[in-house]
Amino acid sequence: MKLITAIVKPFKLDDVKDALKAVGVQGITVSEVRGFGRQGGHSETYRGAEYKIDFVPKVRLELVVEDSGVDAAIAAIKASANTGKIGDGKIWVSTVERLVRIRTGEEGPDAI
Amino acid sequence: MDSGNMAWVLISAALVLFMIPGLAFFYGGMDRSRNVLNMLMMNFYCVLIIPILWVVIGYSLAQTPFDNSFIGGFDSFFLKDITAAGDGMSLATIAFLGMFAAITPALISGAVADRMKFSAWAIFVPIWFLLVYVPIFKWVYGGWLGQRGSIDFAGGTAIHVNAGIAALAAVMVLGKRRTAPSPPHSMPLVMIGTGILWFGWFGFNAGSALAANGQAAQAFMNTFLAGAAGGLVWILIEWLRDGHPTNLGAASGIVAGLVAITPGAGYVSGPAPILIGLIAGAICCYAVRLKNKFGYDDALDVVGVHFVGGLVGSLLIGFFANPTFFEGSFDEGIFYGGGAGLLIEQAIANGAAIVWSFVLTYGIMVVLKKTIGVRVSPETESTGLDLAEHGETAYHGAQ
Repeated sequence: MKLITAIVKPFKLDDVKDALKAVGVQGITVSEVRGFGRQGGHSETYRGAEYKIDFVPKVRLELVVEDSGVDAAIAAIKASANTGKIGDGKIWVSTVERLVRIRTGEEGPDAI
Repeated sequence: MDSGNMAWVLISAALVLFMIPGLAFFYGGMDRSRNVLNMLMMNFYCVLIIPILWVVIGYSLAQTPFDNSFIGGFDSFFLKDITAAGDGMSLATIAFLGMFAAITPALISGAVADRMKFSAWAIFVPIWFLLVYVPIFKWVYGGWLGQRGSIDFAGGTAIHVNAGIAALAAVMVLGKRRTAPSPPHSMPLVMIGTGILWFGWFGFNAGSALAANGQAAQAFMNTFLAGAAGGLVWILIEWLRDGHPTNLGAASGIVAGLVAITPGAGYVSGPAPILIGLIAGAICCYAVRLKNKFGYDDALDVVGVHFVGGLVGSLLIGFFANPTFFEGSFDEGIFYGGGAGLLIEQAIANGAAIVWSFVLTYGIMVVLKKTIGVRVSPETESTGLDLAEHGETAYHGAQ
């Protein structure tokens, strides 16, 4: 089992969700986050004074999939979150040691 | 006094009261999220303490006897001898003027944002009211400045110039914020505050006719036009200079235009309110940058908007005053056949208010600094005044 974490542009969230559902992903956890990458931040001007906004709003998705589903999920996120402009985000994958469904106590891939 | 006048003054008084939450939101939205409740409280505190002080002694010292040059007396201590008998108009007027007394110190709160101890503010407000607001109000309305011929319809000199220069003195003693200035935490809050302020300002200006008459109607029209012109010119300058017309620019320009028309609201007509709004909006749009040049930390630009806007509007009366239009007994401005006499009187009146307000405010702040202290601790400044000073948090679960 793998945990896929993806950072995407907030307005792309619905597209990414639809794309992931289409490849059979059954659950996603989403959080609103702020950060910067190579894009850096942006600046805003208030009363003529410029403020540097270093951390720009992004959305973080987390989903656990079976090893066999990783490539399809990554492909879905890559295709749906891509705008071609700087700041589209990142995807990383890590190994999940143990997974438990709280209601039934099921463990492992059955709990996905 | 007929019931129509009475009704208008009472409604106007309530409109001016509504400006206090308007101002609180205008400032609070511009402030950072961890200090917004402290900003709201600094404003609302004024309407807790000042109404009581106004009735106990403020009105008496500020207005009775009306002909006193420098300060009133104790004739109306606790509104002695003022009754509801007859038309009750004096009671309505006292309530109306009490609202002005409450909002004036609240204007200063925007300058001292993010770092002033609330206990120091709690003591500063009543002392400032008695030593600065009350005497200047007396000088302008019935006292020596008014007797000389200067005019101030709804409080350009007595309120905006006075509070604006006091804000400068206060931040000079208080010192700069330790943390870097931040962008507004909630622009929607700023915009709703601006809308409430503008709405209330119709009572502030048109109510100052103290009657439901033609002068009130023109003051109403002037309030409408100057706010629009101020906001329009500010966003145009921003658009050309910085690339975007901003909501904060619109809000700031509206307030600058409203501040500038306040002293002349019942004295100018025709194109004057539009020109006054345009001139004040343009000047204030550049004046808010002066703090960076001179190095004083006026957090939310009380000096750049209220002091500068009030002064510009008050001096422009010297050009635009039109007694013929109002069938009034004040002097003509330069553009309506008068000489420079009125302009000189306006300058003297503002000069006197500036000197008194600056020197006394500075003195009050120094005494507070040397006794109870005026600054919150560095830890409180970085973790936020809301929790440390008030035990409250504005936005749970979000920072």
